[in-house]
Amino acid sequence: MIMIEARAVTRWYHEWIAVFIALLLTAATVSVLLASLGLDPISSLQRIFIRPLNSVYGVSELLAKATPLITIGVALALGFRAGVWNIGAEGQLVMGGLCGGAVALAFWNIDGFWVMPLILLGGTLGGLAWGAIPAFLKVRFNANEILVSLMLTYVAILLLSVMVHGPLRDPTGFNFPESRLFHDAATLPKLFSAGRGHLGFVFALIFAVLGTWVVKRWHLGFEMRVTGLSTSAAKFAGYNRDRTVWMALLIGGGMSGFAGVVEVTGNIGQLVPNISPSYGFTAIIVAFLARLHPLAVIPAGLLVALSYLAGEAAQLSLGIPAASTQVFQGLLLFFLLGTSLLVNYRIRFGRVA
Amino acid sequence: MDYGLLSSIIHSILVASTPLVFAGLGALIQERAGVLNLGIEGLMIVGALAGFATAVAGFPLLVSILMASLAGAMLASIFALLVLRLYANPVATGLALTLFGLGLAALAGSQYVGQAAPQVAAWEIPFLSQIPVVGRALFSHDPLVYLSIFTAFVIWWFLTKSRTGLILRAVGENHTSAHALGFSVRGVRFLAIICGGALAGIGGSYLTLVQTPLFVEGMTAGRGWIALALVVFASWRPFRVIAGAYLFGSVSIIQLHGQALGVSVASQWLSMLPYVVTIGALVVIASRAGTSQAAPGSLGKIFKESR
Repeated sequence: MIMIEARAVTRWYHEWIAVFIALLLTAATVSVLLASLGLDPISSLQRIFIRPLNSVYGVSELLAKATPLITIGVALALGFRAGVWNIGAEGQLVMGGLCGGAVALAFWNIDGFWVMPLILLGGTLGGLAWGAIPAFLKVRFNANEILVSLMLTYVAILLLSVMVHGPLRDPTGFNFPESRLFHDAATLPKLFSAGRGHLGFVFALIFAVLGTWVVKRWHLGFEMRVTGLSTSAAKFAGYNRDRTVWMALLIGGGMSGFAGVVEVTGNIGQLVPNISPSYGFTAIIVAFLARLHPLAVIPAGLLVALSYLAGEAAQLSLGIPAASTQVFQGLLLFFLLGTSLLVNYRIRFGRVA
Repeated sequence: MDYGLLSSIIHSILVASTPLVFAGLGALIQERAGVLNLGIEGLMIVGALAGFATAVAGFPLLVSILMASLAGAMLASIFALLVLRLYANPVATGLALTLFGLGLAALAGSQYVGQAAPQVAAWEIPFLSQIPVVGRALFSHDPLVYLSIFTAFVIWWFLTKSRTGLILRAVGENHTSAHALGFSVRGVRFLAIICGGALAGIGGSYLTLVQTPLFVEGMTAGRGWIALALVVFASWRPFRVIAGAYLFGSVSIIQLHGQALGVSVASQWLSMLPYVVTIGALVVIASRAGTSQAAPGSLGKIFKESR
């Protein structure tokens, strides 16, 4: 008879043991999947997960992919702690990219130290506005923030498409749905001579540290956490639920918007109809992999970024569709959620006492 | 007024709405049992692929639908295991289900891209289908359209008239009391999740079997999420799910005809309509007094016996 019982004491390392078990189970399941496709699991895993990191180029690409994941993951970790389910980070990212890109195009070919900060501000405000809509509708009308923020994602993607096909299209671009290439003053510097890793990664690291500080030292972080854990306790302490909703969605929107503008100015260099391979959704996995600790979002973001590279490598060298990345990510999230039981409970084998 | 056009517009609205009816009912039965499943999108696409693969292999429609519902139910059982047995966070688990379903369907479906499923014949209802305009619009559809309405009727009957339905609602309203009365909260919820998964699978298969006899990765395009919004819109009542689904179907068809009639706005603006209408509907429903009573009391809350 297998039984589960609540642990008398939970220690901090229980969380990370659970994460480690989840990673092992994911690797085992992926190996079985690869074997069922007639591939040798060990050499295939080596080829898709290790080989992409064998060069400066590979590491640089990894940092480029990890940048939006970490930036958004930190914001979502804060919001999820408060029990506010912002599922529309993808839309907020797209709006950030669109608004920041529009600023970059408005000041096209104008140099000056103030251009780049202005672009980053524009993008952040775009994402902030997109996050403010579900916050307002939640606080004012009690509309479900999960569904509203998600519907807004589809609207944002369509809005970007309208703009890139119309007003923001490159006038000399033969009607391709692309904007002009941003000029140098509107592009974030690269970190290495090879690959696309850019300054945005440094911002992401700073955000992770700041996020930790908010959670650990700031009263707001404590207030949000209490609200997430128990609404009645928060009410008793006099904490304002509405303010928590606003803060969670504004932080989520603003940082996702920042991630979007950093993505277009650091990585893509122009506006195109499709600026994100679902970073906003994948960042949800990153936040859970980090068990909602902002600092742990850094390794979690790097690992999930590796899954994108692995997906590309799998497509190139094994002939598996790149969508297999999503299978890997979904499995990882399943196992993370399943094993989180081990943090507060333990499994006992034996007879019922 | 061109009556031929009118009847074909109504016909296509019913076709566009039917996946939402099935998926919405699948979400509804789970939510009435207190389970919030955000994985409907993933369940739909897996059902879409399973139904399509079966049809391409040459099996009749009934077998394709059964396979689609089986695929949905099997994927939903993962959700049931995690949420009911391992106390996993239902919001995150639902998202994982969506991601996993979309990825799995893309991976397994890559070999089916470019193939076509056989056409599904319409069931002309005797006499009624002969009525001018109305006959073509309402009574000469594929069997799944009729099945979707029949399913709503069955679920309405089950929830309001049967004893088991009463138990299901009790579990959804207050799982602690239902448990104290000796009902199996986990058992009821497990069955609700399995049925909901099967219905979402059938809804997905309608896309590949009837709407477009093709499989494309990510073809559900947010319908699973709209289905979830529909349940709120319908304040958890089966017949209102049908009404809501037809409303959303109308919006998407009007958008298509707007393009055909040469409305001079970029097509993307019109494509935003269903999503914007959904947000509007959510706001209207949520702000109306008494909605908090309409939602099942234990919706989305984790049930643990020893408390």
